[in-house]
Amino acid sequence: MSAVSLAADVRAGRRSAVDVIDEHLARIEAGDGAIHAFLEVTATAARARAAAVDARVAAGEDPGPLAGVPIALKDNLCTRGVPTTCASRILDGWRPPYDATVVSRVVAAGAVPLGKTNLDEFAMGSSTENSAFGPTRNPHDPSRVPGGSSGGSAAAVAARFAPLALGSDTGGSIRQPAALCGVVGLKPTYGLVSRYGLVAFASSLDQIGPFAATVADAATLLGVIAGHDPLDSTSWDAPVPDLLGALGRGVDGLRVGIVRELGGEGIAPDVAARVGQAADALAAAGAKVDEVSVPAARYALSSYYLIAPAECSSNLARYDGVRYGLRVPGDDIGQMYGRTREAGFGAEVKRRIMLGTYALSAGYYDAYYGQAQRARTLLIRDFAAAYESFDVLLSATAPTTAFPLGAKTTDPLSMYLSDVCTIPSNLAGHPAASVPFGTGDDGLPVGVQVLAPALGEVVMFRVAAALEAAAPPGAGR
Amino acid sequence: MSGHWETVIGLEVHCELRTETKLFCGCRNAFGDEPNTNVCPVCLGLPGSLPVLNRRAVDYAMRIGQALHCDIRRSIFHRKNYFYPDMPKDYQVTQYDEPLNVDGWLELPDGTRVGIERAHMEEDTGKTQHVGVSGRIHGADHSLVDYNRAGVPLVEIVGRPDLRTPDDARAYVTELRAILVATGASDGKMEEGSLRVDANVSVRRPGGPFGTRCEIKNLNSVRSLGRAIDYETRRQIDLLESGGRVVQETRHWNEDEGRTTSMRSKEEAYDYRYFPEPDLVPIDPSEEWKAAVRSALPVLPAERRRRLAAAGGTTPGDVALLVELDLDELVTAAIAAGAEPRLAINRAGNELAGDLEAARHLDPARFATVCRMEADGRLTATQAKQVLAEVLASGADPEAVAETRGFRPIESGALDIAVADAIAADPEGWARYLAGEDKVAGAFVGKVMKATGGKADGKAVTAILQARRSSAG
Repeated sequence: MSAVSLAADVRAGRRSAVDVIDEHLARIEAGDGAIHAFLEVTATAARARAAAVDARVAAGEDPGPLAGVPIALKDNLCTRGVPTTCASRILDGWRPPYDATVVSRVVAAGAVPLGKTNLDEFAMGSSTENSAFGPTRNPHDPSRVPGGSSGGSAAAVAARFAPLALGSDTGGSIRQPAALCGVVGLKPTYGLVSRYGLVAFASSLDQIGPFAATVADAATLLGVIAGHDPLDSTSWDAPVPDLLGALGRGVDGLRVGIVRELGGEGIAPDVAARVGQAADALAAAGAKVDEVSVPAARYALSSYYLIAPAECSSNLARYDGVRYGLRVPGDDIGQMYGRTREAGFGAEVKRRIMLGTYALSAGYYDAYYGQAQRARTLLIRDFAAAYESFDVLLSATAPTTAFPLGAKTTDPLSMYLSDVCTIPSNLAGHPAASVPFGTGDDGLPVGVQVLAPALGEVVMFRVAAALEAAAPPGAGR
Repeated sequence: MSGHWETVIGLEVHCELRTETKLFCGCRNAFGDEPNTNVCPVCLGLPGSLPVLNRRAVDYAMRIGQALHCDIRRSIFHRKNYFYPDMPKDYQVTQYDEPLNVDGWLELPDGTRVGIERAHMEEDTGKTQHVGVSGRIHGADHSLVDYNRAGVPLVEIVGRPDLRTPDDARAYVTELRAILVATGASDGKMEEGSLRVDANVSVRRPGGPFGTRCEIKNLNSVRSLGRAIDYETRRQIDLLESGGRVVQETRHWNEDEGRTTSMRSKEEAYDYRYFPEPDLVPIDPSEEWKAAVRSALPVLPAERRRRLAAAGGTTPGDVALLVELDLDELVTAAIAAGAEPRLAINRAGNELAGDLEAARHLDPARFATVCRMEADGRLTATQAKQVLAEVLASGADPEAVAETRGFRPIESGALDIAVADAIAADPEGWARYLAGEDKVAGAFVGKVMKATGGKADGKAVTAILQARRSSAG
């Protein structure tokens, strides 16, 4: 059942929120042992919150557009009094004294958080295998990864543990797992959703976004979390457009560009075939489809792997054992720092901190970080040129369907390539959505990505809804 | 100091802004509160927290830039990365190559202009207290950190290496402090650390290229600044003259020992890995905002010195003290009300300076009256001081005070008679005076004073004595 209809039932008093929550908690209880989508299930708090929603309905009040809807929260979103681990040992024992803005907003809209979902440590990874607490498995095939870094949130929605989930997307961490798990996932325009309370990985790229089983549910959730927040200086101070209203408007007359640089060799043929099929479906619905070149997209991956690590090397400096989280004592402060960070961080996090530290070092800054920022500027320019002729762009979300656990853990570069199609939108700050569109040769879900210009969420949702309507049957479950 | 060497000094001054709240959060900006009480997720750098810039802090920083004749520009923040326990995020948010205020100057009382390279915004760190024998990091058992100061807004004012003597350096800091206080941006309290000075010192042959500099930290007063520069100059000259070389390094001033010691060399210097702070947006002050800052700026010390000097017919350097003591408006007003300028300046610098609290309530017209009575010869210098003291204490009318005290000038005939009597009583002394022994005059003045009950004007008596000697010769 969709989040929208669940909320309608709860608001109308046809169903109690407690009943909804109990049903989902039972599903988690029964199924999450095999999936490991959750790091922590906050059952008691969820039931109490659901009871409060029911009480408001009974009192004739409106608990909000997400009344009684269960929601799963990626564990890099701060939750007051509830451990927020970022799937890292270094935050051992830390309980935030505050809620992230998005958490406050979904709760204010009546949603009921069920718990915190697994992720690659500090959101660094594409398979959720970099979690300090063990990997999450793909509900469509538990021998395969759910993608990452928001693998827990994607799996939670795919396994119907929750109809909605929140994730964060720095280089594809919502869209890629959404594609691999066969759910809708999107990264909004940078600044549309407040980052306050999202534990930072790469601040200029991070953005929170929704996972849902349907495009309408994703639009509803985005409508709730979007909008200006005075606590985030980079948040847009502009009204949120009517996203739900966009869904029924069709794509007649829209110009859709297939991005040449995000297709070709690196994309598995079965996935590429689905992208072509999606383009045909849009054309059949009245869109004008053509190929387009965004030349600087070729430099996106390498630029990203300088900018994101550079920012992460600074953002993760604070985990030093002085104030909170893990502390491994030493003879002096330097030794304490070293031992704490050695014990607290996993291999991928350390790799990126080292990469970033190097990229920012005196004498190297211009050749690495500086050059990457110039490539970023070029990319934004090339996107702008493409959007002069096209309303949206289309590509695969991920190069392949879900791969087996362990397949890429020994080869970081091949893992990094999982995000080749999603990274450009982060660098540009643009919105992009992944919509399930049939399956690959292996019967596993394929996602098609819709890219739009900054604040182009309305046109992005029009196309996403059309793709959803035209999609071939998904992976069965 | 050896005549062959010239000291080159450039000062970096950190000034805490006196905003109500911190630079990036709503915590109180206050000195001396219970440790770790003015803290929140933002200034503690908790995961997920984000900074939001305090507009008032920008306003104060712009006032400082304006007062220092800087160009106020679009600016951005950078992160300065280094590990230190008093920095909650292990980076400091500061301005790097695009600061708010650039290319200004400051005028010393003697008219010298000292260049200001930049005045940029940044956040303060917490305070670490090393608990142990020495109080310094070496030999400490453990450390305590107070984050109340973390995130307090600072402006760092980087002066150009235009200063040449410890006196110049002291004058610069004194003047800068006065400007900061005048703008309302800072309370300028060095003793509470709201004003902190680091000195870059090098020596060179006059006219030659700059020598290698050392940066001296831990200068907690204007006096330490002068002493440290003196010491460091001597140290560097001794090194060079004995065939050694100066190593670029940061040195710590030890007030008790009166010397500087090495903290870290250039080789050990941190690589701060600056990069633009992605959590903040650029500061791009509109022309309207800049104009509002300009128009809200009070008259600054240099201009006040100029105004008083013009009114008093003297030089700005001569009236620096009066401006420093905030007596310049009173003196200017008194001069406008008819006080003889020289007299008003002297009486203010000597008598009023002794009781600044009372001077603040002194009516300039009454002060002018006292000065005029003295200039007219209606009061002797001694009497004028007494009258002024009473006017200061009670606010009474000077004419009435003089009247009550019986301070009436002796008529010149009476004074002549008193002088003649004194001469008659001491013919031997008079002979010596006639022979050119000037110091004897003092004895005659004293006798006349005694005879007139202190009402005689010493200067008038001396004049009569001189006149009599001339006519006798």
